[in-house]
Amino acid sequence: MDTKTTIAAVASAMSTAGIGIIRISGPECMDIIHKVYRSKKNKKNIMDVPTHTIHYGFIYDGEQVIDEVLVMIMRGPHTYTGEDTVEIDCHGGILAMRRVLETVIKYGARPAEPGEFTKRAFLNGRIDLSQAEAVIDVINAKNEYALKSSMNQLKGSVLQAIGEIRSKILYHIAYIESALDDPEHISIDGYGESLKNEILPLRENIQKLLDTTGEGKLIHEGIKTVIVGKPNAGKSSLLNLLVGENRAIVTDIAGTTRDILEETITLHGISLRMIDTAGIRSTEDVIEKIGVQKAKEYAEDADLILYVVDASDELDENDFEIMELLKSKKAIVLLNKTDLDIRTSQEKLQGMVDAPVLAISAREERGIDLLEGRIKEMFFAGELQFNDEVYITNVRHKAALEAAQDSLGLVLQSIADGMPEDFYSIDLMNGYEELGSITGETVGEDLVNEIFSKFCTGK
Amino acid sequence: MNGLVENYDVVVIGAGHAGCEAALAAARLGLETIVFTVSVDSIALMPCNPNIGGSSKGHLVREIDALGGEMGKNIDKTFIQSKMLNQSKGPAVHSLRAQADKNAYSRGMRKVLENTDHLTVKQAEVTKLLVEDQVIQGVETYSGAKYMARAVVLCTGTYLKARCIYGDISNYTGPNGLQPANYLTDSLKENGVEMFRFKTGTPARIDKRSIDFSKMEEQFGDEKVVPFSFSTDPADVQIDQASCWLTYTNEHTHEIIRANLDRSPLYSGMIEGTGPRYCPSIEDKVVKFADKNRHQVFIEPEGLYTNEMYVGGMSSSLPEDVQHEMYHSVAGLEHVKIVRNAYAIEYDCINPRQLTAALQFKAIKGLFSGGQFNGSSGYEEAAAQGLVAGVNAAQYVKGKDLLILDRSESYIGVLIDDLVTKENHEPYRMMTSRAEYRLLLRQDNADQRLRKKGYEVGLISQEQYEALLLKEQQIEEEIHRVEHVNIGSSTEVQNLLEVNHSTVLKSGTTMAELIKRPELNYMMLAPIDKNRPELPEDVQEQVNINIKYEGYIKRQLKQVEQFKKLETKRIPEDLDYETIKSLRIEAKQKLELYRPMNIGQASRISGVSPADISVLLVFLEQMRR
Repeated sequence: MDTKTTIAAVASAMSTAGIGIIRISGPECMDIIHKVYRSKKNKKNIMDVPTHTIHYGFIYDGEQVIDEVLVMIMRGPHTYTGEDTVEIDCHGGILAMRRVLETVIKYGARPAEPGEFTKRAFLNGRIDLSQAEAVIDVINAKNEYALKSSMNQLKGSVLQAIGEIRSKILYHIAYIESALDDPEHISIDGYGESLKNEILPLRENIQKLLDTTGEGKLIHEGIKTVIVGKPNAGKSSLLNLLVGENRAIVTDIAGTTRDILEETITLHGISLRMIDTAGIRSTEDVIEKIGVQKAKEYAEDADLILYVVDASDELDENDFEIMELLKSKKAIVLLNKTDLDIRTSQEKLQGMVDAPVLAISAREERGIDLLEGRIKEMFFAGELQFNDEVYITNVRHKAALEAAQDSLGLVLQSIADGMPEDFYSIDLMNGYEELGSITGETVGEDLVNEIFSKFCTGK
Repeated sequence: MNGLVENYDVVVIGAGHAGCEAALAAARLGLETIVFTVSVDSIALMPCNPNIGGSSKGHLVREIDALGGEMGKNIDKTFIQSKMLNQSKGPAVHSLRAQADKNAYSRGMRKVLENTDHLTVKQAEVTKLLVEDQVIQGVETYSGAKYMARAVVLCTGTYLKARCIYGDISNYTGPNGLQPANYLTDSLKENGVEMFRFKTGTPARIDKRSIDFSKMEEQFGDEKVVPFSFSTDPADVQIDQASCWLTYTNEHTHEIIRANLDRSPLYSGMIEGTGPRYCPSIEDKVVKFADKNRHQVFIEPEGLYTNEMYVGGMSSSLPEDVQHEMYHSVAGLEHVKIVRNAYAIEYDCINPRQLTAALQFKAIKGLFSGGQFNGSSGYEEAAAQGLVAGVNAAQYVKGKDLLILDRSESYIGVLIDDLVTKENHEPYRMMTSRAEYRLLLRQDNADQRLRKKGYEVGLISQEQYEALLLKEQQIEEEIHRVEHVNIGSSTEVQNLLEVNHSTVLKSGTTMAELIKRPELNYMMLAPIDKNRPELPEDVQEQVNINIKYEGYIKRQLKQVEQFKKLETKRIPEDLDYETIKSLRIEAKQKLELYRPMNIGQASRISGVSPADISVLLVFLEQMRR
C-alpha cells in the first residue's frame, strides 16, 4: 500500500536450485546493498557505480559471508518498478538465497506483499493502462495463494502458540487501559514489575518460534508429494522406507486443523512434504474406503504424485482411473513388489503412462536410490516447482516475529526506564499487531471487547 | 393548517450538548440560525452524571475549546469540584474531570445562546424534514409551521421515540420526564435513513439529608485546579470545592439484585435496545462479575443549590421496590430517601455509517447530525460532534471546504472516524485506547493541534491565534536552548541530583539529557539552569513533555506519516464499485455501503482486505490516467 518503503522478495521461481534472484526496490535499496555487499577485494563502493551495471562480490551479514553473488544496480526511473532497484543473483542454492533475503530484510527492507513489485510498476507508470487488469489479476492471484499459505501452511501448533502469546498480551493491554480509563476503579501503580515477569516468558516463547523458522518448521515448505495406489500396493511400506531411511526428518505433526498427516523429508537437499491421509497406515486403504474421488482431491493439490503399483497383481479399473489422474500432473510410477512373481511388467506399464516407471521393492529396500535420483533430476531440470509464495510467507512471518520480539523488548526498556504505565501498552499493542499479521488477524475491536469482558469499569 | 413560513440559513434540531455547540458555531460564523428544543428550560440539560470530562472525555472538551466551542468555557464557570485524572501516569492520559453544578451549567449555556447574534431559540417539536431531490429544504414543526433553511443539523439526543423504563413501569417520555419527539423518526425513515434503537440508563438521585456520610470516604478536588478552556485565566478557577463521597455495595446488595433479576426489564426482554458495555447497570455488573464481592459507589452532588445527589455506579432498571431495598443495603444509605428513581431509557438513533466524516448525510445534501442521535454517548462526545456538524453546516451554506479532522490530529477525528467507518452496535464512548497516536493527542497540546483550524474556520479570533503562535515560538526556542545548555559536574549540580535521588554526573551533559531522566523534569532543574528565561507555565510544561518523551513522540510521528499517505489518497464520491470487477463481493458491498472518502478510511472498514485496497489503488490510478 505505501510506496515509500523498500521491499524485497525472491524474484525468480524457486525451482532451479542453482541461481536465484533477490529483488530489492525502493528509496533505501542503495543504502541497504551498501551495507551488505562487498566486492572481492572490498575496494568497490557500490554506491558510486554507474546505473545498470553488474558487480561480482559477496553478501555479508556483519563479518559473516552469506553467499557469492552478482549484484545488478539499477537506478530509477528506468527499472521495472520505476524505483531504484537492486537485483542479487545468488549462487549458493535455496538455503543461501533465503539467507540473503533475510539479511536484506534485517538491514532495512521489508518483505514485499504479493504482487507488490508489479503494483509499484503500475503506480509508477511503468506498465501501461492496457495491462491494468492483468496487474489486478496478479495481485489477486498472488494474494489468494499467500492467504491460503499463511493460513494453511502455518502449522497448527504454531498457530496455537501465537494465539496464546497474543491473548496474554491483549490481557495486559486491556488491564492497563481499563485502569487508565477508570483510574478510580482500578489501580495499576507498580504494575511494571509484575508485567516484566509476564513479558519474559512471552519473549522466550517468541524466541522458540524464531529459532525454528530457519529449519522450515514454522510453515510447511517443500514439494507437496502424494502417494496413491490400490490397497496393498505397498504405499505404506514405501512411505515408511522413505521416512525411515531419512535421518533428516524435519517434522512429524498431526495437523490440528485437518485430518492430514504430513512428514517432511529431504532428499539431496530437496524437501518433500509427504502427505498422507490420517490413519491411512492403520486402517484400510484410501481408494477402497473413500474411493478414487478422495485420492483425486489430494492429488489435485500435489506438486508430485508417487503412484505405487503392485507388480504381482493385475491392473484393474482402479488403476486405469489413477492413470487418468496422472495425465495432467508430475508423477513417478513405482512398480513395487518386483521381488515377487511378476504379473504386471515394467514395459507394459510404461506403455500406458507418460510418467517414468521405476522398478522397486520396498520390502527388500531396492530401487529407492532410483527414485531419489529421479526426483533430484526432475527438480534441477525445473520440472518440479513449489510456489515461492510459501517461502516468502515464511520470511514475512519471521520478520513479523522479530518485530514483535522488538516491541516486547521496548516494553521491558520502558519498564526499566521507569516510564509510566501508559507507555507500555503502546509497544504491547505493536507486538500484538505484528503477531496478528502472521495469523491473519487484525486488531479491530479486540481491545475494547477485552476491556469490557474482563474488567468491571464504568459508572 | 398553519401557514407560517420562516427562512433561515441553518436549522438546528435539539438544544442539548450537541445542539448548543452546533447552533453557536453556525450563528458565530454569521449565519441566521434557529435552534429548536422541546423545552427552553432544558437547554444543555445534564440528565445523567453531574460531570464534564474524565478519561479521554477531558481531551474532547479541550479540543472543543481549541476549535472555538463553548463547553470548556461553560464548565469553567460552573464547576464545583475538579480533578486531573491519571496524574501519576504519562501526559497522554492526564485527563480533566469536573463536577458540574448541573443547574448552573444549563443556565450558563442558555444565557450564551440567548445572547449570541444571529441565533434564535424556539420551543417547538420538529416533526418533519423537508427534502427535495436529495437536498434538504427545511423542517416542519408539530403545528405545521415551516422553517426553510439551506442546512439542517439533527441533534435529537435520546428524545426520538424515547421510552423510560424501570421494572414493569414504562413511560413514553424523554429523560427526566420531558416530552419525547415521536414523529421525526418516521420522517427520517421516509427519506431512507436507517435507524437503530439504543438504550442507556441512569442511577437514582437521593436526598443529601438522608445520607450517613460518616460511613463513606470523602473525595476532594485537586488543590490546584487547571481550567478546561485555553482562554480561562487559571486564577479564576481556584474556588472552594464541594466534596464527593465513596462507599461500596456488598454481598447483601448483590443478593437482593440476584433474587430479583427476573423482574428486570433487561432480562425479561422488555427492553430491546442495545445498551453500552462500558456503563453497565449494577445488575449487569453483579451478573457479569460475579466474583467481585463489592463495587464502588460514588455519591456526587448535583449542584450547590439542591440536596439531590447522584449515586454513581448504581444505574439500574429494576422495579421501584427492589431499587429501594438495594440502595438501602449500601453503607451510609441505610435510611436514604430516593428523590428520583433509576431508570433505563430507549431511543431511536441512526446507523452513523450513513454520514461522511464531515457529519453530513451522504444521501441528503445539507443534512448534518451530531451527538447521541449518531449513536454515541456522553455529553462531551455529543458536544464535539455538534461543533463539527454546526461548523460544517455553516461551511456548506457558504460554499466553503468542510471541516474534517483525522485520527492523527484529534480525538474528535478518532470519534467521528470510528462512528462513520466501523460497525457500531452500542452507544459509542470515547476511550484513550481508541486513539492510535495518543502520545501526540494530549489534552495539554489541544490548542497546538487545533487552534489553527478553528482560526481558519472563523471561530478563533486573530488575537487568540496570535497568542498560540507566540506560545509555539517560545516552546521551540526553549527546547532548542535546553538542548544546548551544557551541565558540568559542579557541587551545586551534584547536590541537586542527590537530593532528587538521581545518579550524580561523572562527566558533563546537557540540560535536555537530565530532563529525560524519569526522576527529574524541566521544572526541578531550574536552580542549575542559570540563563533560563521566565516562561508561562503552559510553555514550561510543553518543553518538559517534548524533551522527556522525545523518543516515543518521534516514533508516533513516523507512524502518522505512514497513516497520512493513505488518508490523502482520495476516492471519487461517485465511484461505482460494481465496475471494479476484481474486487471481492464482500469488499464491493462494504465499500458501496460506507463510500469511504479516501483509501485510509477504506482500509479501516471491516471486510475490506489489503488485497482489495491494492486493487482499489490500481483502479484509481487507471482512472486518473
